[in-house]
Amino acid sequence: MVHWSAEEKQLISGVWAKVNVEECGAEALARLLIVYPWTQRFFSDFGNLSSPTAIVGNPKVRAHGKKVLTSFGEAIKNLDNLKGTYSKLSELHCDKLHVDPENFRLLGDILVIVLASHLGRDFSPVCQAAWQKLVGVVAHALAHKYH
Amino acid sequence: MLTAEDKKLIQQMWGKLGGAEEEIGAEALTRMFCSYPPTKTYFPHFDLSPGSDQVRGHGKKVVAALSTAIKNIDNLSQALSELSNLHAYNLRVDPPRFSLQFLSQCLQVALATRLGKDYSPEVHSAVDKFMSAVASVLAEKYR
Repeated sequence: MVHWSAEEKQLISGVWAKVNVEECGAEALARLLIVYPWTQRFFSDFGNLSSPTAIVGNPKVRAHGKKVLTSFGEAIKNLDNLKGTYSKLSELHCDKLHVDPENFRLLGDILVIVLASHLGRDFSPVCQAAWQKLVGVVAHALAHKYH
Repeated sequence: MLTAEDKKLIQQMWGKLGGAEEEIGAEALTRMFCSYPPTKTYFPHFDLSPGSDQVRGHGKKVVAALSTAIKNIDNLSQALSELSNLHAYNLRVDPPRFSLQFLSQCLQVALATRLGKDYSPEVHSAVDKFMSAVASVLAEKYR
Protein backbone atom coordinates (compact mmCIF):
# COMPACT_ATOMS: atom_id res chain seq x y z
CA MET A 1 0.00 0.00 0.00
CA VAL A 2 1.26 3.47 -0.84
CA HIS A 3 2.04 5.77 2.05
CA TRP A 4 0.98 9.41 1.80
CA SER A 5 2.34 11.96 4.24
CA ALA A 6 0.05 14.64 5.60
CA GLU A 7 1.99 17.18 3.57
CA GLU A 8 1.52 15.22 0.33
CA LYS A 9 -2.21 14.89 0.94
CA GLN A 10 -2.45 18.62 1.54
CA LEU A 11 -0.43 19.47 -1.57
CA ILE A 12 -2.66 17.21 -3.65
CA SER A 13 -5.98 18.50 -2.33
CA GLY A 14 -4.74 22.09 -2.36
CA VAL A 15 -4.07 21.87 -6.09
CA TRP A 16 -7.25 19.90 -6.75
CA ALA A 17 -9.36 22.64 -5.18
CA LYS A 18 -8.10 25.01 -7.87
CA VAL A 19 -8.70 22.64 -10.79
CA ASN A 20 -11.53 23.14 -13.25
CA VAL A 21 -12.09 19.46 -13.96
CA GLU A 22 -13.83 19.97 -17.28
CA GLU A 23 -11.19 22.39 -18.65
CA CYS A 24 -8.11 20.58 -17.39
CA GLY A 25 -9.44 17.16 -18.33
CA ALA A 26 -10.25 18.29 -21.86
CA GLU A 27 -6.87 19.96 -22.19
CA ALA A 28 -4.91 16.98 -20.86
CA LEU A 29 -6.58 14.51 -23.21
CA ALA A 30 -6.24 16.86 -26.19
CA ARG A 31 -2.53 17.26 -25.48
CA LEU A 32 -2.10 13.48 -25.25
CA LEU A 33 -3.57 13.13 -28.73
CA ILE A 34 -1.46 16.02 -30.05
CA VAL A 35 1.91 15.36 -28.40
CA TYR A 36 1.70 11.56 -28.82
CA PRO A 37 -0.37 11.19 -32.00
CA TRP A 38 -0.25 7.39 -31.97
CA THR A 39 -2.62 7.49 -29.00
CA GLN A 40 -5.32 8.50 -31.46
CA ARG A 41 -5.56 4.80 -32.26
CA PHE A 42 -7.84 4.41 -29.25
CA PHE A 43 -10.23 7.10 -30.41
CA SER A 44 -10.99 6.26 -34.02
CA ASP A 45 -14.69 6.94 -33.50
CA PHE A 46 -14.16 10.41 -32.11
CA GLY A 47 -14.49 12.17 -35.45
CA ASN A 48 -12.16 14.94 -36.57
CA LEU A 49 -8.67 14.60 -35.04
CA SER A 50 -6.85 15.93 -38.07
CA SER A 51 -5.06 18.90 -36.45
CA PRO A 52 -4.31 20.37 -33.01
CA THR A 53 -7.13 22.88 -33.54
CA ALA A 54 -9.56 20.11 -34.51
CA ILE A 55 -8.54 18.01 -31.50
CA VAL A 56 -8.82 20.88 -29.01
CA GLY A 57 -12.28 21.77 -30.34
CA ASN A 58 -13.57 18.21 -30.64
CA PRO A 59 -16.58 17.78 -28.31
CA LYS A 60 -15.96 14.05 -27.81
CA VAL A 61 -12.40 14.76 -26.73
CA ARG A 62 -13.62 17.38 -24.27
CA ALA A 63 -16.29 15.09 -22.87
CA HIS A 64 -13.95 12.16 -22.48
CA GLY A 65 -11.25 14.32 -20.96
CA LYS A 66 -13.74 15.47 -18.35
CA LYS A 67 -14.67 11.83 -17.60
CA VAL A 68 -11.04 10.84 -17.15
CA LEU A 69 -10.20 13.71 -14.82
CA THR A 70 -13.41 13.24 -12.84
CA SER A 71 -12.21 9.73 -12.07
CA PHE A 72 -9.00 11.29 -10.74
CA GLY A 73 -11.19 13.12 -8.26
CA GLU A 74 -12.36 9.74 -6.99
CA ALA A 75 -8.75 8.67 -6.61
CA ILE A 76 -7.99 11.72 -4.52
CA LYS A 77 -10.86 10.88 -2.19
CA ASN A 78 -9.54 7.32 -1.87
CA LEU A 79 -5.78 7.71 -1.69
CA ASP A 80 -5.54 4.79 0.68
CA ASN A 81 -7.24 2.37 -1.65
CA LEU A 82 -6.31 3.21 -5.21
CA LYS A 83 -6.10 -0.41 -6.38
CA GLY A 84 -9.64 -1.02 -5.16
CA THR A 85 -10.91 2.25 -6.61
CA TYR A 86 -9.50 1.48 -10.05
CA SER A 87 -10.13 -2.27 -10.11
CA LYS A 88 -13.06 -2.22 -12.53
CA LEU A 89 -11.50 0.49 -14.72
CA SER A 90 -8.31 -1.55 -14.87
CA GLU A 91 -10.21 -4.58 -16.14
CA LEU A 92 -12.02 -2.39 -18.66
CA HIS A 93 -8.80 -0.88 -20.03
CA CYS A 94 -7.26 -4.33 -20.40
CA ASP A 95 -10.12 -6.53 -21.55
CA LYS A 96 -12.28 -4.17 -23.59
CA LEU A 97 -10.17 -1.15 -24.52
CA HIS A 98 -6.80 -2.93 -24.97
CA VAL A 99 -4.80 0.11 -23.88
CA ASP A 100 -1.06 -0.33 -23.26
CA PRO A 101 -0.49 0.90 -19.67
CA GLU A 102 2.44 3.00 -20.88
CA ASN A 103 -0.23 5.44 -22.07
CA PHE A 104 -1.38 6.04 -18.48
CA ARG A 105 2.11 7.25 -17.66
CA LEU A 106 2.12 9.57 -20.66
CA LEU A 107 -1.25 11.06 -19.73
CA GLY A 108 -0.13 11.49 -16.11
CA ASP A 109 2.93 13.48 -17.15
CA ILE A 110 0.83 15.61 -19.45
CA LEU A 111 -1.65 16.31 -16.66
CA VAL A 112 1.23 17.57 -14.50
CA ILE A 113 2.30 19.95 -17.28
CA VAL A 114 -1.29 21.20 -17.69
CA LEU A 115 -1.48 21.89 -13.95
CA ALA A 116 1.85 23.72 -14.13
CA SER A 117 0.63 25.96 -16.95
CA HIS A 118 -2.54 26.83 -15.02
CA LEU A 119 -1.02 27.32 -11.57
CA GLY A 120 2.27 29.01 -12.47
CA ARG A 121 4.69 29.55 -9.57
CA ASP A 122 2.18 28.06 -7.12
CA PHE A 123 3.02 24.69 -8.66
CA SER A 124 6.16 24.41 -6.57
CA PRO A 125 8.71 21.58 -6.79
CA VAL A 126 7.17 19.82 -3.77
CA CYS A 127 3.73 20.23 -5.31
CA GLN A 128 4.98 18.68 -8.52
CA ALA A 129 6.61 15.83 -6.59
CA ALA A 130 3.33 14.95 -4.83
CA TRP A 131 1.46 15.00 -8.14
CA GLN A 132 4.11 12.99 -10.02
CA LYS A 133 3.75 10.41 -7.25
CA LEU A 134 -0.05 10.50 -7.57
CA VAL A 135 -0.12 10.08 -11.35
CA GLY A 136 2.42 7.27 -11.06
CA VAL A 137 0.36 5.46 -8.46
CA VAL A 138 -2.86 5.94 -10.46
CA ALA A 139 -1.14 4.56 -13.56
CA HIS A 140 0.04 1.57 -11.53
CA ALA A 141 -3.45 0.95 -10.13
CA LEU A 142 -4.95 1.10 -13.63
CA ALA A 143 -2.44 -1.46 -14.82
CA HIS A 144 -2.91 -3.72 -11.83
CA LYS A 145 -5.62 -5.98 -13.23
CA TYR A 146 -3.90 -6.56 -16.56
CA HIS A 147 -3.32 -10.15 -17.51
CA MET B 1 10.91 14.22 -36.56
CA LEU B 2 11.21 17.95 -35.96
CA THR B 3 9.32 19.86 -38.62
CA ALA B 4 10.15 23.39 -39.75
CA GLU B 5 7.16 24.58 -37.74
CA ASP B 6 8.41 22.77 -34.61
CA LYS B 7 11.80 24.43 -34.95
CA LYS B 8 10.20 27.85 -35.35
CA LEU B 9 7.99 27.32 -32.28
CA ILE B 10 10.96 26.25 -30.18
CA GLN B 11 13.10 29.20 -31.19
CA GLN B 12 10.21 31.59 -30.58
CA MET B 13 9.47 30.08 -27.19
CA TRP B 14 13.12 30.23 -26.13
CA GLY B 15 13.21 33.85 -27.23
CA LYS B 16 10.24 34.64 -24.95
CA LEU B 17 12.12 33.64 -21.82
CA GLY B 18 13.74 37.05 -21.50
CA GLY B 19 16.94 36.04 -19.75
CA ALA B 20 15.25 33.63 -17.33
CA GLU B 21 16.95 30.67 -18.96
CA GLU B 22 19.56 30.16 -16.23
CA GLU B 23 16.95 30.27 -13.51
CA ILE B 24 14.92 27.75 -15.47
CA GLY B 25 17.90 25.39 -15.63
CA ALA B 26 18.37 25.43 -11.86
CA GLU B 27 14.63 25.06 -11.33
CA ALA B 28 14.39 22.09 -13.69
CA LEU B 29 17.16 20.32 -11.78
CA THR B 30 15.60 21.15 -8.40
CA ARG B 31 12.26 19.78 -9.59
CA MET B 32 13.96 16.67 -10.92
CA PHE B 33 15.75 15.94 -7.63
CA CYS B 34 12.47 16.51 -5.78
CA SER B 35 10.17 14.39 -7.98
CA TYR B 36 12.69 11.70 -8.93
CA PRO B 37 15.03 11.16 -5.96
CA PRO B 38 17.08 8.44 -7.71
CA THR B 39 18.44 11.15 -10.03
CA LYS B 40 20.35 12.50 -7.04
CA THR B 41 22.60 9.45 -7.20
CA TYR B 42 24.51 11.14 -10.01
CA PHE B 43 25.39 14.12 -7.78
CA PRO B 44 26.80 12.73 -4.54
CA HIS B 45 29.49 15.41 -4.76
CA PHE B 46 26.95 18.25 -4.91
CA ASP B 47 25.24 20.26 -2.24
CA LEU B 48 21.63 19.68 -3.26
CA SER B 49 20.00 21.92 -0.66
CA PRO B 50 17.62 24.66 -1.88
CA GLY B 51 19.41 27.53 -3.55
CA SER B 52 22.67 25.61 -3.81
CA ASP B 53 25.32 27.37 -5.89
CA GLN B 54 26.33 24.07 -7.41
CA VAL B 55 22.79 23.38 -8.62
CA ARG B 56 22.55 26.91 -10.02
CA GLY B 57 25.87 26.49 -11.78
CA HIS B 58 24.95 23.14 -13.22
CA GLY B 59 21.51 24.37 -14.29
CA LYS B 60 23.25 27.18 -16.14
CA LYS B 61 25.47 24.66 -17.96
CA VAL B 62 22.53 22.49 -18.95
CA VAL B 63 20.59 25.45 -20.31
CA ALA B 64 23.61 26.76 -22.21
CA ALA B 65 23.89 23.36 -23.90
CA LEU B 66 20.20 23.44 -24.78
CA SER B 67 20.57 26.98 -26.14
CA THR B 68 23.41 25.81 -28.36
CA ALA B 69 21.28 22.88 -29.50
CA ILE B 70 18.40 25.22 -30.32
CA LYS B 71 20.68 27.53 -32.30
CA ASN B 72 21.95 24.49 -34.24
CA ILE B 73 18.66 22.69 -34.39
CA ASP B 74 19.31 21.52 -37.94
CA ASN B 75 22.39 19.61 -36.88
CA LEU B 76 21.94 18.36 -33.36
CA SER B 77 24.33 15.45 -33.81
CA GLN B 78 27.25 17.72 -34.49
CA ALA B 79 26.29 20.46 -32.03
CA LEU B 80 26.01 17.96 -29.17
CA SER B 81 28.83 15.65 -30.25
CA GLU B 82 31.14 16.46 -27.34
CA LEU B 83 28.32 16.18 -24.81
CA SER B 84 27.41 12.90 -26.37
CA ASN B 85 30.95 11.62 -25.74
CA LEU B 86 30.88 12.96 -22.20
CA HIS B 87 27.61 11.24 -21.34
CA ALA B 88 28.60 7.95 -22.93
CA TYR B 89 32.16 7.58 -21.69
CA ASN B 90 32.52 9.69 -18.55
CA LEU B 91 29.19 10.40 -16.95
CA ARG B 92 27.49 7.19 -18.02
CA VAL B 93 24.14 8.46 -16.83
CA ASP B 94 21.56 5.70 -17.00
CA PRO B 95 20.44 5.26 -20.62
CA PRO B 96 18.99 8.60 -21.56
CA ARG B 97 15.60 7.23 -22.25
CA PHE B 98 15.13 7.06 -18.49
CA SER B 99 16.94 9.94 -16.83
CA LEU B 100 16.67 12.49 -19.60
CA GLN B 101 12.98 11.81 -19.73
CA PHE B 102 12.77 13.03 -16.13
CA LEU B 103 14.80 16.13 -16.94
CA SER B 104 12.58 16.77 -19.97
CA GLN B 105 9.43 16.51 -17.84
CA CYS B 106 10.82 18.90 -15.22
CA LEU B 107 12.12 21.37 -17.77
CA GLN B 108 8.69 21.42 -19.40
CA VAL B 109 7.00 21.97 -16.04
CA ALA B 110 9.39 24.89 -15.37
CA LEU B 111 8.60 26.34 -18.80
CA ALA B 112 4.85 25.81 -18.37
CA THR B 113 4.77 27.57 -14.99
CA ARG B 114 6.33 30.62 -16.62
CA LEU B 115 4.61 30.61 -19.98
CA GLY B 116 1.10 29.58 -18.87
CA LYS B 117 -1.21 29.51 -21.89
CA ASP B 118 1.75 30.33 -24.16
CA TYR B 119 2.93 26.78 -23.45
CA SER B 120 0.33 25.75 -26.00
CA PRO B 121 -0.26 22.15 -27.14
CA GLU B 122 1.77 22.90 -30.29
CA VAL B 123 4.73 24.30 -28.33
CA HIS B 124 4.46 21.43 -25.82
CA SER B 125 4.60 18.93 -28.68
CA ALA B 126 7.60 20.65 -30.31
CA VAL B 127 9.57 20.83 -27.06
CA ASP B 128 8.79 17.20 -26.20
CA LYS B 129 10.03 16.12 -29.63
CA PHE B 130 13.11 18.32 -29.30
CA MET B 131 14.06 16.89 -25.89
CA SER B 132 13.56 13.38 -27.33
CA ALA B 133 15.91 14.26 -30.16
CA VAL B 134 18.50 15.64 -27.72
CA ALA B 135 18.24 12.46 -25.64
CA SER B 136 18.76 10.33 -28.75
CA VAL B 137 21.87 12.23 -29.74
CA LEU B 138 23.30 12.00 -26.23
CA ALA B 139 22.68 8.24 -26.31
CA GLU B 140 24.28 7.67 -29.71
CA LYS B 141 27.65 6.55 -28.42
CA TYR B 142 26.53 4.50 -25.44
CA ARG B 143 27.20 1.22 -27.18
